[in-house]
Amino acid sequence: MNVEVTPLPGIGTRQDFMIRAGRRIGVITHRDGKFELIVSSLEDPDDCTASIALTAAEASTLAGLLGSPQLVAHLQEQQREVAGISTKQFPIPPGARFDGSPLAETELRTRTGASIVAVVRAGSVHPSPRPDFVFAGGDLVVVVGTADGLSAAAELLGGG
Amino acid sequence: MHSTAIALIQLGAVFFGLGLLGKMAWRVGISPIPLYLIGGLAFGQGGLVPLHGIEDFTHLSSEIGVILLLLLLGLEYSAAELMTGLKRSWTAGLVDIVLNATPGVIAALILGWGPVGALAMGGVTYISSSGIIAKVLGDLGRLGNRETPVVLSVLVFEDLAMAVYLPILTAVLAGVSFLGGLSAVGISLAAITVVLVIALKFGRYVSAVVDSPDPEVFLLKVLGAALLVAGVASQLQVSAAVGAFLLGIAISGSTAENATRMLEPLRDLFAAMFFVVFGLNTDPASIPPVLGLAVALAAVTTVTKVATGWWAARRQGIGRMGRARAGAALVARGEFSIVIASLTVASGAVDGELAALATAYVLLMAVLGPVAARVVEPLAKKFTRKRGTAPATA
Repeated sequence: MNVEVTPLPGIGTRQDFMIRAGRRIGVITHRDGKFELIVSSLEDPDDCTASIALTAAEASTLAGLLGSPQLVAHLQEQQREVAGISTKQFPIPPGARFDGSPLAETELRTRTGASIVAVVRAGSVHPSPRPDFVFAGGDLVVVVGTADGLSAAAELLGGG
Repeated sequence: MHSTAIALIQLGAVFFGLGLLGKMAWRVGISPIPLYLIGGLAFGQGGLVPLHGIEDFTHLSSEIGVILLLLLLGLEYSAAELMTGLKRSWTAGLVDIVLNATPGVIAALILGWGPVGALAMGGVTYISSSGIIAKVLGDLGRLGNRETPVVLSVLVFEDLAMAVYLPILTAVLAGVSFLGGLSAVGISLAAITVVLVIALKFGRYVSAVVDSPDPEVFLLKVLGAALLVAGVASQLQVSAAVGAFLLGIAISGSTAENATRMLEPLRDLFAAMFFVVFGLNTDPASIPPVLGLAVALAAVTTVTKVATGWWAARRQGIGRMGRARAGAALVARGEFSIVIASLTVASGAVDGELAALATAYVLLMAVLGPVAARVVEPLAKKFTRKRGTAPATA
């Protein structure tokens, strides 16, 4: 993808690229750390139909929403070469057994041999969570392991 | 005690009134500068409500307002941005100077203000208001547009042009001879070169002098440095504003960004005071005689700025509508035109009528600029539809 970086003197930087649908899409990073999401107009490619101001937190949430499905796909791609190992994601529904418990309490590695490589929460990715990471309802847990390990993990994390 | 109380009440009323004016202005989408000027006209000589006992304070505040306006203009673009701007957009910058300074120069010569008045009026009609333009582009959601970098690079060039222009103007106003004027040009070119080199190579040292992790210390140091440099420059007959401007350029990087954030509210406060005082010192009765000329000047320089933006955008391969937007965005004149007029009038070298003309001109252009930026699209669409057969690109 050919991302064009244009300095905007006195304001910040514009980074955008052409998408297949024939629009420019991109982000303006203001000097003061604010972001703006821009989408160009179809009739006039010089103009923008939308420029949406985002706070840093909103921008990172949006980035996570767009980026986290790719994370799992990316991990799967990487582990394809390692025979017998795959990646899966499991949701922690609100009120589930481990909702509010630290990661260590699942004893997932000990019990199933599979490991948690990341947790996706509210659109942002927490890679390599530490044992004291506390799960919350709505989290998406990304687990790597053998087929047996993953099904055991599914039972452990999903089961009451 | 009693006079203090009255002074506080007057000041409070002035600031509160300006706040209400500012709120009104942005609500209808124009810059508050013309309303501040009108506010000043209303308070001043022959105005509605004369102020007493706070002249010392308002005078000093307006001086600080000019210093902060130019310090922040210097801070706005980093030395690196100025250099790339110079390399990339000098042709557009020259077209800008020729097209937009000429009407002011001609007007001044017709009025018989001589070469000094011509130099000043050329500056008044040339310099766009980067403050109004940046705000309007942001409000209209045009920061992501392709023509916006073109608009900004023209503003960057104007910023550099000011660095050369202001020292020359102040030297000429101080009444130096032609030869002296030439040496002033030489000195100012040397000064801006030295400051740019310092900013590019040793900017971190300048920044380190004023930088501090503690916001309070930082604010005091930046403001202190600006007033010190401005005061020394003023003592050397280079004008306080120029000194502050060059200091702003020399401060760079994150220090410049922090300083901008910190000083912006202060600038807005003191700059408002500056516009009021400028209005105060202008006799409202002197405006009507020059109004016709101001309207003519406004009409001509609107066309010339639109032409500048159109030409610059076209060179970058921007479509017709984008060219029109770029041109209209550049129309606004404001704070710096008033700064130039105020330096000129304060020196006494040019007829006081210049203040009246500049006031009337800025009153028109600060309103017209944001309006032009807003209506250009519907207008241009109507125009192209009427022509119908016109080719999509030219």
